Amino acid sequence: MNRKITPYALVLPAWAWLALFFVVPIGGMLSLSLTTGNVITGFQQTFAVGNYVDAVSTYWEQILRSLFYGACATVLCIAIGYPMAYWIAFKGGPYKSTYLLLILLPFFVSFVLRTISWRFLLSDTGVVLGPLKSIGLVPEGFALLNSATAVILGLAYNFLPFMILPIYAVLERMDPRMVEAAHDLYAGRFQAFVRVILPVSLPGVFAGVLMTFIPTSSDYVNASVLGGTHNTMIGNVIQTQYLINNNYPIASSITFVLMGLLLIGIFSYARALGTERVMEVHA
Amino acid sequence: MSTDVRTPPAAPGTPAEPRRTARARRRIDWGRYYTWAVLAWLFLPILFMVAFSFNDPAGRHNITWQGFTLHWYKNAFAYPELNEAMFNSVSIALLTMLMSGVLGTLLGLALGRFSFRGKQLTNLVMFAAISAPEVVLGAALLSTFLMMGVTTGYWTTVVAHVMFCVSFVAITVRARVITLDPRLEEAAQDLGAGPWTTFRLVTLPMLFPAVMAGGLLAFALSIDDYIITTFVSGDVTTFPLWIWGTTRVGIPPQVNVMGTLLFLVGVILAVANIVMARRRR
Repeated sequence: MNRKITPYALVLPAWAWLALFFVVPIGGMLSLSLTTGNVITGFQQTFAVGNYVDAVSTYWEQILRSLFYGACATVLCIAIGYPMAYWIAFKGGPYKSTYLLLILLPFFVSFVLRTISWRFLLSDTGVVLGPLKSIGLVPEGFALLNSATAVILGLAYNFLPFMILPIYAVLERMDPRMVEAAHDLYAGRFQAFVRVILPVSLPGVFAGVLMTFIPTSSDYVNASVLGGTHNTMIGNVIQTQYLINNNYPIASSITFVLMGLLLIGIFSYARALGTERVMEVHA
Repeated sequence: MSTDVRTPPAAPGTPAEPRRTARARRRIDWGRYYTWAVLAWLFLPILFMVAFSFNDPAGRHNITWQGFTLHWYKNAFAYPELNEAMFNSVSIALLTMLMSGVLGTLLGLALGRFSFRGKQLTNLVMFAAISAPEVVLGAALLSTFLMMGVTTGYWTTVVAHVMFCVSFVAITVRARVITLDPRLEEAAQDLGAGPWTTFRLVTLPMLFPAVMAGGLLAFALSIDDYIITTFVSGDVTTFPLWIWGTTRVGIPPQVNVMGTLLFLVGVILAVANIVMARRRR
């Protein structure tokens, strides 16, 4: 009897919290996205599907740009993070956890502050470009700041650890004897990697993609700080509509469009990768 | 010590093994240089921040090196609004750590130890809460507060931070619960301990490292959060929000000082972690 009630008693507080402040708000936002009206007259529930049409037709450019930046940053994170996760998992020896701590250490400095530091590093007269320009290595008109490149680099920088950690986690758990077995079967280093290590690490890559693609494509801090006015993302639009224009119906419908697109992206990616393999991450 | 495990006592069937290892030792370990290069990249803006907390800038913009000074450290608390923002950040992070620590630990314990109705649903909601974009979480909460007529401020921020941290704590604790031996608890009960005594004297001490790790994670997530906080904080300013607000008028060097101090806290925690790991071995 007691054994039956205990789990419910344990989960109840967290359930209540998540229901009240996560599940209900998502529903509330859905309802708000279908209203008409403004802050002064109040919002009436009219099931205005037109909000969605307006949102997409007005902001399709920012939506596409966000998905593109997010995808670029994610690919960059895989390219930079995979070799690093691989090396730490297989060659890190007793210092594995120290390397992981070093990767996480920059997180103690505020995300906003780190991004702003990049702004100064990348600025035309900054520490990086300034000296390069004065000795003539970089042409005078060259600028990194306020470009798409700067935004993508910033995103990859800020979310790289989220790619490294899950890939590291699967590679670290992998039995090294599997690689040895591959070598015994006359697989070269490349073959052993493609046929044995890479397939084993795919669930980690999937988890990494989830944890980088979703936040990078919905981020707006990097776009505001590093991208100038011509590289705004959908997050910037949502933030402006919510907090400055107070146009809540449109703001909520854009938010739902963003979430829907991300879900579609994630599900199609999971299917392409093979669903059962991906689910191993949660096991 | 784990790296050389397979070298010395070569099994009878593998005579080629020692030679391969010898050759591997002579090969340059590019992976090491690569890893350190990426780490250097990760630390580059922090290096900039630390260096410029000692800079003596001429104008409002602290971006070119003018000379060394300790002035900003002596006057670290010269901006009352910055102090208030820092105090808000730290106190919200501590509250978040405490509340999501308790809620998340109970949830993680239930998920790791018991099977119950709604377990799959709980996992799904947790997964959704972790992977939902921050803009969506912030916007959804703000929508609800608006519709309920709640004024946003300090406590709505705490509520929001606890919401997105609970799942992280629960996952950390669940991972630890799964590896625990349930027979230790049974043994305690055989020795006459009631459920509460068993929990206090046996289960909790074994869970402690995970609870601690989850709590620290919650603290770090909370103090670092900008996006959700902008939506739900109303008139209350936190450290990231204050920095953001000053970007257009020029960031005072005190911000770099505070950033450096935060970074030092991280370094101390990391070193403590390494030392404790050594001692456990």
